[in-house]
Amino acid sequence: MRILGISGSLRRGSHNRRLLRAAAALLPPGSELVEWDGLRELPAFDQDLEEAPPPSVRDFFDAIEDADALLISTPEYNSSLPGALKNALDWASRPFPDNVLRYKPAAVIGASTGLFGAVWSQAEVRKTLKASGAHVLESELPVGMADSAFADGEDALADPMLAERLSDLLGDLVREVTAPVELR
Amino acid sequence: MSTITALAGTYTSDPVHSSFGFSVVYQGVSVFRGTLDDVAATFADGKLDGTAQVESISIRTPEQFRAHVMSPDFFDVENHKTVTFSSSDVQLGEDGTATVNGDLTIRGVTKPVTATGTWQPASVDAFGNTRAHLHLETTIDRTEFGLNWNAPLPNGGNALANDVTLAVDIALLQQG
Repeated sequence: MRILGISGSLRRGSHNRRLLRAAAALLPPGSELVEWDGLRELPAFDQDLEEAPPPSVRDFFDAIEDADALLISTPEYNSSLPGALKNALDWASRPFPDNVLRYKPAAVIGASTGLFGAVWSQAEVRKTLKASGAHVLESELPVGMADSAFADGEDALADPMLAERLSDLLGDLVREVTAPVELR
Repeated sequence: MSTITALAGTYTSDPVHSSFGFSVVYQGVSVFRGTLDDVAATFADGKLDGTAQVESISIRTPEQFRAHVMSPDFFDVENHKTVTFSSSDVQLGEDGTATVNGDLTIRGVTKPVTATGTWQPASVDAFGNTRAHLHLETTIDRTEFGLNWNAPLPNGGNALANDVTLAVDIALLQQG
């Protein structure tokens, strides 16, 4: 099983990219996480380009189609999701309803340097994914105080409880692919 | 045992070995702990007075987090630089328990509080100082002091609890 990992943060040393790598290590056997790194290449969404999307957008669509599920790790900017991530999801939502996100199993996790671990941003991403027709897990994984949330020098969560929650969430995502509860 | 004979004379806090800690539940499950590091206290003739500098809070990074805690949503440090305490009554029991009543001022709002804990009688330390210790805890409702910030969590409940537990450790050195 192929899970496409999308980090909503572009910066080098992104906590959310580390979180995706922590997730990759916790995936059940038979699953692999492939990181998508085309976020910065996407132009601003323009409905005039929808019929013939630019190559970077087409590559993004292909990456989603090639994946069995999506795992999005988002930071929180001003109590919401980053504009670049929203832009990517807006592209992927078109043309509606026969878009690449339709029925795609997806889970959202997030890390922030504050106390609350991008919990509001994760809710916004879930909302956007649901509106686009994706099959989104309700569970969330807020990783707060991200500067000290990872084990020294490793892409692994330092808190075993948090790592267990991430592991459970990934198990749920894999089950969503193999045995979907319902098809919305 | 009266307070005066229990810790007779004047003591001042040893800043290196004293701390003013706080803890608050966030997201309904986790506990966040911090300290105000710059604390000065005196214990003289049975009365405890203390001042902690808000700027010395242990939240230093990330910058936005510190700025938020310093803002009018929380401490409003521009207008209120200190947290102060002044006791009205200090009971130091023979069993090592301590009960302190007094006025706590945070953000310019003064409320009576009762803190309980333990104390260690004075003894001579390794450097020849006469040293005692006071450990006190109490729980306050931060909103009573105007630290009102909160936000609803996406799945219900509030981001930050109103109850904040304060835990103060004061290492006291006898003066003169």
